[in-house]
Amino acid sequence: MKSALNKEPLEKNHNMLSKEQIAQRIAKEVKDGYYVNLGIGIPTLVANFVPNGIAVEFQSENGVLGMGPFPFEGEEDPDVINAGKQTITTLPGASFFDSAMSFGMIRGQHVDLTILGAMEVSQNGDIANWKIPGKMVKGMGGAMDLVASAENIIVAMMHTNREGESKLLKNCSLPLTGVNCINKVVSNLAVLEITPDGFKLLERAPGVSVEEIRAATEGILIIEGDIPEMTF
Amino acid sequence: MIKRTVTGVEQALEGVQDGMTLMVGGFGLSGIPENSIAQLVKAGVKDLTCISNNAGVDSFGLGLLLQGKQIKKMISSYVGENDEFERQMLSGELEVDLIPQGTLAERCRAAQAGIPAFFTPAGYGTEVAENKEVRDFNGKPHILEHAFKADFAFVKAWKGDEAGNLIFKGTARNFNPVMCGAATITVAEVEELVPAGTLDPNEIHIPGIFVKRIFQGTNYEKRIEQRTVRKKP
Repeated sequence: MKSALNKEPLEKNHNMLSKEQIAQRIAKEVKDGYYVNLGIGIPTLVANFVPNGIAVEFQSENGVLGMGPFPFEGEEDPDVINAGKQTITTLPGASFFDSAMSFGMIRGQHVDLTILGAMEVSQNGDIANWKIPGKMVKGMGGAMDLVASAENIIVAMMHTNREGESKLLKNCSLPLTGVNCINKVVSNLAVLEITPDGFKLLERAPGVSVEEIRAATEGILIIEGDIPEMTF
Repeated sequence: MIKRTVTGVEQALEGVQDGMTLMVGGFGLSGIPENSIAQLVKAGVKDLTCISNNAGVDSFGLGLLLQGKQIKKMISSYVGENDEFERQMLSGELEVDLIPQGTLAERCRAAQAGIPAFFTPAGYGTEVAENKEVRDFNGKPHILEHAFKADFAFVKAWKGDEAGNLIFKGTARNFNPVMCGAATITVAEVEELVPAGTLDPNEIHIPGIFVKRIFQGTNYEKRIEQRTVRKKP
């Protein structure tokens, strides 16, 4: 069983990042020339923060590359949606394709960056995000294909659950989506890299201390030198 | 020219029987074969196994077949958005096989292309890999997945011609092309059925050889699940 961690300071900490800020920080990882797959939830927001002046194309696994913003009211097309079944638009240079080709792009490692949400991540890079036995069984969608093949995967997540328990664990407790596959986590408290030795703390959310992050992380946390605050 | 046209949805579904395995195209409610689903409801066939990425919503798509308890087993990748589905699954009335979306697509494509099985890394180390052969390629573990076997494939295209050639629109394409020819009989319904020679052969997405029966669909609702918009400036 997971131990209830020291949750007192967390509940009182108002410096935790909002979902938008997590997305904003992740957007800094998106580089010129990248094809990017965004998952549902916080990852979808990343598109709003990609800096101007760099060329990026967003892929949605239901079969579109070159996704644009939501349509203007009255211009929705039921035949143009994203993987979250939301109405979208396309940008110049966009293309449509079938599901087999879409996952060919993913499995064939043509997509440069995958950003997705998680319920749990373990210190060796396992991820769980599709099933809570007895509670929630909606299916994995494309997540298992994405995490099994993508080389560069960033997870956007909350560091702890509502009870204050860590979601960055030694071992995932929920059914896995993929093993040893996550490279980086951006949570509401920190930016962490998954290394062979555990979660390496790279950056802190502004105003959040290393001790608070340590208290919220059940897995091994590696702290080397001074940990800078995130910039946006 | 070999004609693939049938008179309508009744003739298109001839031979569909209780206990059959059906592939059904679409992603969410986008690109689903609305006319064929309606006819399956009307025909009342039951104990069906349905291979489809999603299970519709309570009042539309495959949700209509679930309401009538016509489905025995669903093979899908994502089944949220459907209370009746959840109820039947939790009560054990409905058997559910959840598989990764890319694997679902490729198992269709493999059936279409005559490839009996393939290896994929998706699902390795998870419950999806249970009881499946694992083999390393280039230092990475992959699991063995098999082509689907199905009696009928129901797909929806934007335009089609008498020869069964199909053109899809937008993301309504999704699973439809990979299900064509992946079952014993493929039934395509189209928004616009045109005479042979009307469509530019360069623009055909699926050649008619993969489509056994084609008909002009009617009254497409094309429901939107998540209407998301921004305000005009």
